[in-house]
Amino acid sequence: MTLVAGADLVQEGAAPRRPRGGGFGRYALGKVLGSLGSLVFLLVVNFFLFRVLPGDPARTLGRGRFTTEEQLEAFNRNYGLDQPLGEQFLTYLRNTLSGDLGVSLRYRVPVSDLIVDRLGPTLLLVGTSTLLAALIGIWLGIRGAWRRGGAFDRFSTSASLTLYSMPEWWLGLLLIAVLAVGIGPLPGLFPTGGLHSVDADPWSVAGVLDTARHLALPVLTLTLAYLADYALVMRSSLLDEMGEDYLTTARAKGLRDVAVRNRHAVPNALLPTTTVVALNFGFVVAGAITVETVFSIPGLGLLATEALSVPDYWVLQGTFLVASAAVILANLAANLVYGLLDPRVRA
Amino acid sequence: MTTTSPTGSAAPSARTVARRRRAAARQRGWREFRRHRSGLVGAAVLLLFVLLALLAPVVADADGLSVTRATGGVLEPPSASYPLGTDDNGRSVLTLLIWGSRISLLVGVLATVISMVIGTVVGLLSGYFGGWPGAVLFRLTEWFLVIPFLPLAIVLATVMGRSLLNIAIVIGVTSWPGTALLIRSQTLSVKERAYLERSRVLGAGHGHLLRRHVLPNVMPLVFANTTLTVAVAILSETTLSFLGLGDPTRVSWGSMLQDAFRAGAITTGSWWFIVPPGICVVLVVLSFTLVGQALEAVLDPRLRERR
Repeated sequence: MTLVAGADLVQEGAAPRRPRGGGFGRYALGKVLGSLGSLVFLLVVNFFLFRVLPGDPARTLGRGRFTTEEQLEAFNRNYGLDQPLGEQFLTYLRNTLSGDLGVSLRYRVPVSDLIVDRLGPTLLLVGTSTLLAALIGIWLGIRGAWRRGGAFDRFSTSASLTLYSMPEWWLGLLLIAVLAVGIGPLPGLFPTGGLHSVDADPWSVAGVLDTARHLALPVLTLTLAYLADYALVMRSSLLDEMGEDYLTTARAKGLRDVAVRNRHAVPNALLPTTTVVALNFGFVVAGAITVETVFSIPGLGLLATEALSVPDYWVLQGTFLVASAAVILANLAANLVYGLLDPRVRA
Repeated sequence: MTTTSPTGSAAPSARTVARRRRAAARQRGWREFRRHRSGLVGAAVLLLFVLLALLAPVVADADGLSVTRATGGVLEPPSASYPLGTDDNGRSVLTLLIWGSRISLLVGVLATVISMVIGTVVGLLSGYFGGWPGAVLFRLTEWFLVIPFLPLAIVLATVMGRSLLNIAIVIGVTSWPGTALLIRSQTLSVKERAYLERSRVLGAGHGHLLRRHVLPNVMPLVFANTTLTVAVAILSETTLSFLGLGDPTRVSWGSMLQDAFRAGAITTGSWWFIVPPGICVVLVVLSFTLVGQALEAVLDPRLRERR
């Protein structure tokens, strides 16, 4: 709610300059309520996925794990699965909202502790790659669209389409093979996986450099995987703007080509790109899961894929919940920023 | 296109006229599609892969899939008898690749059918019916849209167990919201057109309006979207199989890559086990995307300018 109050202040401050463009408070409130709805929906889906869908939860959760009826009963009692469904749901809500996501079957520690431990590497990897991909992708899109049909445009569009059609982890495998293992006379330049060397102190200067060297290939992989979308969307939204009359006016005023592009066309074309960024967070999460697996980076993604082989259901459920909630909140943030930037969407 | 038949005798029935008009529209569409070279190339590549998948039993012996009857050595490099080398079980990679195309394409198409059916029905209904039923469906679509695909698919696949049908269901059930939103917006615009109002005034019910007037107008969009969805579905199948969530008894491109990764084909430098399956995935996905884009451009004249 503080968010909305803050937004109202912004609106009042801006109101004299933009008499028609108000209503950011209402717009923001709508978006916040929508995201709250999504979060509630997520909580419900998360509950039913594991308990109702397959029939008997204990048999699914412990497929092949139990040999006697007593073990099955003990398991049911332990996880409260012998309670009526309504009661289970209330317990689940209470636990989840207080941060209790159950205990990992494999590590025997609370899932929430595991998730907090693994959050850092994922954020570092995903944050760096998203930033790089956005910058490079948008630059590629602008250059391509401004000289549409030129050699640069043809190359960057086909490269983007090819990258878009490629499983990002396969690209990672190729990069490991070429740059980390080495091919023929080419020596391996980078480590094949992990976040840092065993003996390195991550907080010393050497340790930071070591981590950077370990992250170089995964960041390169994810950047290439993410940037295709930015480039393609930026290109097409700039092409949409280029037919507009205000650009002709700008040229008629005698502005140089670069000024017309950077001051007039690009800011408007950036707006639709923001929406795509918001819709893409799910894709970003998927990339993190597979690339962490390929490069053995101890983040949330690796936690989830490691839990698959056990299978460690509470860990899977916890990572699913956290990843989805993160996507919903990131979406909300992008929507709010978009509303601030473009008064038209507030209608 | 005229109302008289070629022979000039009796006037043709409404059905004949409609059929002729549709045939003409198809021809126009094909002429337009042929102008998109990338779409044509994509279609040709797809045709090749479909033929390969259909002819798999003829061109590659199914015995080559058996681990126990494998004839080659472990991770042998390409040779005359094994054009693409062997895998960690001594099977020919080329044989696996050809048979894998069947599963990858099949799962992709199955998942797409599921996704399109859900997406089209939800989109049509939420666009056509105003009021709370439409609003509820729209909300549901939006909620599903923000739940990230891969974590949901991982959880679903784990809970449901690993089989060919299940992986198709998982992909289908998680990939429909985009289609639903697209169909919904198209339905909203079709709904306002005058001929629908005329039909309603003449006493047409909801079922008739939806089936005879709204759906045919939305269908072209569904087709273009289908091709793009197949691309995404095949990519998803590859990723889920790579994570070990595919059918363990069948070979697909994704499961080959999982084998290669687990067998350490990267550290041993066995490129023939890693590169070919990935290239096949890229070729097929790229082709579907190119065909889908060309179809979109044919169906939506506003896009023609752009490419």
